[in-house]
Amino acid sequence: MPSDKTIDFTGMPDVRGHFGPYGGLFVSETLMQPLEELREAYEHFMQDADFLAELDADLAHYVGRPSPVYHAERLSRENGGARIYLKREDLNHTGAHKVNNTIGQALLARRMGKRRIIAETGAGQHGVATATVAARLGLECVVYMGEVDIARQEANVYRMKLLGARVESVKSGSRTLKDALNEAMRDWVTNIDNTFYIIGTVAGPHPYPAMVRDFQAVIGREARQQMLQQAGALPDALVACVGGGSNAIGLFHPFLNDASVAIYGVEAAGAGLDTGRHAAPLCAGTPGVLHGNRTYLMEDPNGQIIETHSISAGLDYPGVGPEHAWLKDTGRARYVAATDDEALDAFHTLTRVEGIIPALESSHAIAYALKLAREMDPKQSVLVNLSGRGDKDMHTVAALDGINI
Amino acid sequence: MSRISHRFKQLEERGRVALIPFVTAGDPGPDVTVPLMHAMVEAGADIIELGVPFSDPMADGPVIQRASERALEHGISLRDVLGMVRHFREQDNETPVVLMGYLNPIEVMGYDAFALAASEAGVDGVLTVDLPPEEADELLAVLRPREIDPIFLLAPTSSEARFQRICDAASGFVYYVSVKGITGSSNLLVSEVAAKTAQIRKHTSLPVGVGFGIKDAQTAQAVAQVADAVIVGSVLVNQIEELCDSPQEIAPAIARTLSSMRHAIDLI
Repeated sequence: MPSDKTIDFTGMPDVRGHFGPYGGLFVSETLMQPLEELREAYEHFMQDADFLAELDADLAHYVGRPSPVYHAERLSRENGGARIYLKREDLNHTGAHKVNNTIGQALLARRMGKRRIIAETGAGQHGVATATVAARLGLECVVYMGEVDIARQEANVYRMKLLGARVESVKSGSRTLKDALNEAMRDWVTNIDNTFYIIGTVAGPHPYPAMVRDFQAVIGREARQQMLQQAGALPDALVACVGGGSNAIGLFHPFLNDASVAIYGVEAAGAGLDTGRHAAPLCAGTPGVLHGNRTYLMEDPNGQIIETHSISAGLDYPGVGPEHAWLKDTGRARYVAATDDEALDAFHTLTRVEGIIPALESSHAIAYALKLAREMDPKQSVLVNLSGRGDKDMHTVAALDGINI
Repeated sequence: MSRISHRFKQLEERGRVALIPFVTAGDPGPDVTVPLMHAMVEAGADIIELGVPFSDPMADGPVIQRASERALEHGISLRDVLGMVRHFREQDNETPVVLMGYLNPIEVMGYDAFALAASEAGVDGVLTVDLPPEEADELLAVLRPREIDPIFLLAPTSSEARFQRICDAASGFVYYVSVKGITGSSNLLVSEVAAKTAQIRKHTSLPVGVGFGIKDAQTAQAVAQVADAVIVGSVLVNQIEELCDSPQEIAPAIARTLSSMRHAIDLI
């Protein structure tokens, strides 16, 4: 479908949480009333000056916002083509964009009188960001994490424990992010009275995709201003990695009605899209219903969710936020993929050329941006969301070099 | 009149509360299910709830999730489950069968294709755990003309307004989830259930079934005093798991459990 200029791309979702055919509210009855209460509280507090001031103050003084936009001059020169700018979400407190959202939801939880916080995590970044804000607000915190992810993200597991969170190892299904999400939902349904579930991405039942997007949209709002000030113009292209898609939608959303800005979401092609061992539902999946919303999924012909593969735990998810599904169908954003190997190359390139060690998730965005920039004019610019730093991935990358740390 | 409504009418005339067992289709293997269904009817089941295996059963506890995983190891699909119902119907044209599961397998098959295939197989009701009435219009539109009853859950957290909305969308019976939690939870409070079922009856004349948390004959009996149907799942699925390695013992063991529940329920 071609891009349609008459659509207000920022006007979604509708009142029932639909982004065109995607999104919605597909949960068991026990969760319907709590989700309604959450929606009401969210809509109320997003209009509440006191709440917004509290949120802004925390983003400034606790997270360290605004995060800089950095012109990666040496990288641009060595790569050739368009100028590359990086939105430095890796410089946030806790090292990734995830905290923008957890701060918002935790403040909301406190306003709603919930004293217990639960979360799911893949790479551990969202778990750490949740445990961090729970520690600061003095809230009990339980983080669900797949057994497989626990093994590949030991440092983050320890970090969460230091912060006072309990990390529950999830041993069902594929023992990764999707199963952690199932388990967190089960906890929520059982402890609904005192518990607030902080979902880490723009998926899940309404209002989560809209709420998480709105908390993450600070990335794009800042970046839009920064580009106008520093580069004198909007970027010609945006690039962000997409697992569930929260850093991507956070960057994209404030630019959606800027028709001159091309938008690219980069999924994890794992071992390659043609191998079946990947995590790219938008590039190679089909629509279905999982985790409370309708969206593109990695599923078999019988509607069973299939296991995904990516070198980066944070992208290893068989679904994707419903707004991305809608942006794909409308043609406003294009979704592409980078393999494990391409992401690793980009990881090393950025590290060596700019002295910035990116998260493996963000390395997927860098990989595609380098390719894209080479096809563009030097007068043009590409803005990449550097969603997280790579410290957590040291042992994964070292292991590939045969080094055990 | 649908087979489910007809069954509840018969039961009402006989002053009997329905016993509805749940098992996952294809657990622990594809050949177990149909003979097990017949054995359950023999032991006193009035309606059978057949679980459609799903890879991500978010509303279920570990017991039913493992049952799904066992069935999926044999590649059991929604079409296979419909095949089991068709096979069951060859010998039993009376006992209603309700499919219970998650939306995605139906979504991927396509609503029209599913409604047609389910109707031809002899399915009487469909309970999709993750499909609230708000999102159900399209599915209801294809189920109703084929006299397949949409069964909806009501929960302890549901407001009065939601009770009304759900009862309006449902037919056959409504299913009250007795605890805040997942299947296999254990903190059912009969007095709370009694209050809720009374509240639900203000909104509908449909029979009210109660499930989640019914562990034994005693709880079944207590719940039967305030419900039109007692639904048992995890306790049976647990027994199936224990007998995985000797599948020939599954049907007799499940039959014994159901008989004792039947007996206890009929004492009231």
